[in-house]
Amino acid sequence: MRISVQDAAFDLGREAADFAAGRADMGAIVTFTGVVRDLPGDPLEVMEIEHYPGMTEAALSDMAQQAVTRFSLGDVLVIHRFGALKPGEMIMMVATAAPHRKDAFAAAEFLMDYLKSRAPFWKREVTAQGGDWVAAKDEDEAALDRWS
Amino acid sequence: MNVLYFAWVRERIGVPREEVETGARTVNDLVVELRAREERYAAAFEDLSALRVAVDQTLVDFDAPLDGAREVAFFPPMTGG
Repeated sequence: MRISVQDAAFDLGREAADFAAGRADMGAIVTFTGVVRDLPGDPLEVMEIEHYPGMTEAALSDMAQQAVTRFSLGDVLVIHRFGALKPGEMIMMVATAAPHRKDAFAAAEFLMDYLKSRAPFWKREVTAQGGDWVAAKDEDEAALDRWS
Repeated sequence: MNVLYFAWVRERIGVPREEVETGARTVNDLVVELRAREERYAAAFEDLSALRVAVDQTLVDFDAPLDGAREVAFFPPMTGG
């Protein structure tokens, strides 16, 4: 299990290649990558991501540990960036390894649903019009219900 | 007690963290004390349904006790991922 909260960019190909390397008992590896999306009509200059150092790492570790237990994962990786990111840059990734694909996919979705509304990150979109904090969506909160 | 603010809560209050002398027994009590300080606090804590709180880096409800707490953080709902 590896958790990384960092401002530097990461290399998706390399992370995916290194993940769960040598684990011949893991038949399925799923990766998900989140990318900074441009805004239609009001071009995004930068996405600023703030976080709560200390709590962020603890919250992500707790989520990853829950995923391991719940979906019998052989390994899990969570990388999440903070700082100022441009459209098209990768914000975060999760990778999950399980003996079978159903668990690997479900664990990745579980992690993403929890990350959205339980990991202490806050996004601010900056355009030529100024900056706006991204509001949390009700549907993201509701997405947690299916795991309870 | 160390009190931290993030995102627009930090912007409204004007500082990312501060040391607060308090005898508050719960988060709600602390909020009442902070609101009474100055207008910028009253503005930040106007609608608690728009806020989340963590005590010693664990998410809690506003009625959570503060006995022995070293760090309280206030912030809007999180937008990770």
